[in-house]
Amino acid sequence: MEYILVLLRNRKAMVGVVTILLFAIIAIFAPLIAPYPPTYMGFDQVLPPSAKHLFGTTATGQDVFSQIVWGTRLTLLVGLLSGLFVTVISTVIGVVAGYLGGIVDEILMILTNVFLIIPGLPLMIILSTYMPVKGMWTIILVITVTGWAWGARMIRPQVMSLKSRDFVKASVVIGESPFHIIAADILPNVVGLIVAQFFAAAVYGVLSEAGLEFLGLGNASAISWGTVLYWADNGQAILFGLWTWLLVPGLLIALFGGALAMMNFAVDEMVNPRLKKR
Amino acid sequence: MKYVFRKVLIFLLTAWITLTINFILPRLMPGNPALAMIAKFKGRLSVQALHSLQVAFGINPDQSALTQYFHYLGQVLTGNFGVSLAYYPNTVAQEVAIHMPWTIGLVGIITIFSFIGGTMLGISSGWKRNSLGSAINVPVSIFLNAVPYFWIALVLQYVFAFALGWFPLTGAFAVSGPTGLALVGSILYHAVLPALTIFITSLGGWVLTMRNNMLNVLGEDYVTFAFAKGLPDNVIKNNYVARNALLPNFTGFAIAIGLIVSGALLTEIVFSYPGVGYLIFQAVINLDYPLMQALFFFITMAILVANLLADLAYVFLDPRVRLGAE
Repeated sequence: MEYILVLLRNRKAMVGVVTILLFAIIAIFAPLIAPYPPTYMGFDQVLPPSAKHLFGTTATGQDVFSQIVWGTRLTLLVGLLSGLFVTVISTVIGVVAGYLGGIVDEILMILTNVFLIIPGLPLMIILSTYMPVKGMWTIILVITVTGWAWGARMIRPQVMSLKSRDFVKASVVIGESPFHIIAADILPNVVGLIVAQFFAAAVYGVLSEAGLEFLGLGNASAISWGTVLYWADNGQAILFGLWTWLLVPGLLIALFGGALAMMNFAVDEMVNPRLKKR
Repeated sequence: MKYVFRKVLIFLLTAWITLTINFILPRLMPGNPALAMIAKFKGRLSVQALHSLQVAFGINPDQSALTQYFHYLGQVLTGNFGVSLAYYPNTVAQEVAIHMPWTIGLVGIITIFSFIGGTMLGISSGWKRNSLGSAINVPVSIFLNAVPYFWIALVLQYVFAFALGWFPLTGAFAVSGPTGLALVGSILYHAVLPALTIFITSLGGWVLTMRNNMLNVLGEDYVTFAFAKGLPDNVIKNNYVARNALLPNFTGFAIAIGLIVSGALLTEIVFSYPGVGYLIFQAVINLDYPLMQALFFFITMAILVANLLADLAYVFLDPRVRLGAE
């Protein structure tokens, strides 16, 4: 409760929360908001925006507005799920490496450094090209595999410094199990960092999904903001002057990503006292 | 010395892991894409191209996986990446050599500009954190950092190339084939929109990290002491704070330099700019696996080397590293 109050007092966090909630509402009520089914292809092709078709129609006669409303679902889902998976893996690796130390730490950190340094986008593209099945879970998998290292490297030093504190040493002395110490003493003290990492990872997820879908490496018949952009580019939206088809999905991705980034910064400011406003 | 030894060791290890990933990945995938490819290309490919496919995928039935692995390592070390399928009969190495200069010219120059510009902005908005400039700077940077960068490319292309017609839609130079100075002009003219895209989308990251570093250094005791001594603001800002805040950004800059080689993937694709990023995309859509493998190898190596050089440079830049403190 206390966390939530602190969060709401931060202006960046307010902007972030409101924007994310707004998109969540659109995603949940997509069937009520969208005037037409997103895959229905019976309209006239490449119509400019009008009252009947707010953002015009596609090269195959679909309503762009309905596609964008429905696309909110997949985009939000992939962003948040990949953010979640990335965070879980980086937390586990960061905590285990930081807490156990020694040879386990060495090995995990070398692994982390390798993944940190291999360029994300090319690896993602190559992985998704090799994958026999294209779709949401492939994209989430690829994002998770390429994205966890950064968070692990942020969390590890925090855990290491907590481990040397008196209250953790006390728990060790009275014979608590490592699981208990990690769950009760360590995790509650890195929760802020983990939350900040989650938002950073979700931004990475949203942007990567959009990029992969735009390249046609996802399932092009699924409906997300990325695939709408893919079809806009393939359907020569520019040459038809259909700016709504091209501009709106990207703007929404930017708004959603920006909202997540705002949350990341807000949480960061709360955790790191030096970044706080004076 | 221990530090240098350790960094070199990690470099070699990472290079080896990358090579091995590159070797294993195509072999891990179910449904062997190579067999399908070979069936598809049979009769249309030369023996040589078929061979490079077979090497890339290890479908030579006469060899064990281990023999193939050493064969592969040997080929990579001698720079022999086989024949490209998409650009047959060119070899993979030739294709990379054709596309690399475009990427290094475009992305290289812009990366340096954007680092300098972003760092300057970050210094000023970290120093005067409550100023109007900072209040505008930070949210704009956060937003720009979250924009899909191919979308900025699409917007610029729509507004300045299509709607206003000021710049060409795609390509790197005029197809009419100008020569001499006209060619230079044409290349610069075609580079404006891709360059602008890369600049806009990479600036925000530098601003934000530099600002955060500034804020962290501003909290150090020696800065408080410098204020207490009554040093002029400019001296504190430049010599005490900015100088130390720049240090952690150095690795980021080195990696960005290494990343130049991978090109501005999506930007190059939107503008059909013939750099490495565009080449990766061509390799992907044409299922040109030998080319993909080689490009991934080059890109990773560039970053590895840049990172190693940065790590080694810290020995000179940061006395704490030199004295062996962690």
